[in-house]
Amino acid sequence: MYFNQRKILSMFAVTVLLMSGAMSAAHADDDDDDEHMPSARNAVWQSECGSCHVAYPPRLLPAESWRALMSGLDKHFGSDASVDPAAAKEIGAFLEKNAGSNRHATSGKPILRITETRWFQHEHDEVSARTWKNPKVKSASNCAACHIQAENGNFSEHNIRIPK
Amino acid sequence: MFRAIHVLILVFAVAAGLMSLTASAQTPEEVLAAIKTEAKNSSPAFQGFSAERGERFFKQTHGNELSCAACHTENPAAAGKHAKTGKIIKALAPAANAERFTDTAKVEKWFKRNCNDVLDRVCTPQEKGDVLAYLLSIKN
Repeated sequence: MYFNQRKILSMFAVTVLLMSGAMSAAHADDDDDDEHMPSARNAVWQSECGSCHVAYPPRLLPAESWRALMSGLDKHFGSDASVDPAAAKEIGAFLEKNAGSNRHATSGKPILRITETRWFQHEHDEVSARTWKNPKVKSASNCAACHIQAENGNFSEHNIRIPK
Repeated sequence: MFRAIHVLILVFAVAAGLMSLTASAQTPEEVLAAIKTEAKNSSPAFQGFSAERGERFFKQTHGNELSCAACHTENPAAAGKHAKTGKIIKALAPAANAERFTDTAKVEKWFKRNCNDVLDRVCTPQEKGDVLAYLLSIKN
């Protein structure tokens, strides 16, 4: 009986190891930005942040940036985007828990715009000036203009349609 | 014993859930009535709301670049677009969108935000009531 339990346990351990090995192999050819990974989601974040723009995935900014953003929602890029204290607490915790790393930080001041991160600029360096000026795009904050699945947190290259 | 406590907790949770639902689900007319009470209390000279005044308020600018109509368009029965991000804003008139003005907390949240953007201050109960009277006068 004792032997059986040990046997089952070791088989389980081997299976887990094999699975994790397979998973890291599947990711080996991915770049390090996890853009094919499903985004973390939260209902309050989705409805509050998603009412004026795409609810930007938390991993696109480091925790210090989200903290700075959440502390100034009453003057959010020129708009009053304040939320009630309970919602602010839940959204802030969700954003910080799922935030990206700050390895691209350039100065002491947290970056507030995703479009100002080196990651964003690198990912979009093939996008022409004409596309950015297209009225259908309007603003670099309008992810869904080209990323047709942005509302669902999917920014895969397979789901890009640049408007003409 | 423990089972009984669990059942009791469940009953309480369901009851609380139902109560919060009925508290937030309202009709636009009920929301307007609540703003009216607020208006009467804040100004003894209150003489009622005017859809015409609400329409003028909605369509003109108030010192800032944006008017209400800048995002919600001159026709609140049609979908609008966020002036900065381009995101589609569903129709504002209750005749065109049954979800509008059915949740007091949501109504207050958006009046506060949008009035700050358009007027750099919160709106008075008179202004809010005039705008809602205008929106309710629109037939789809």
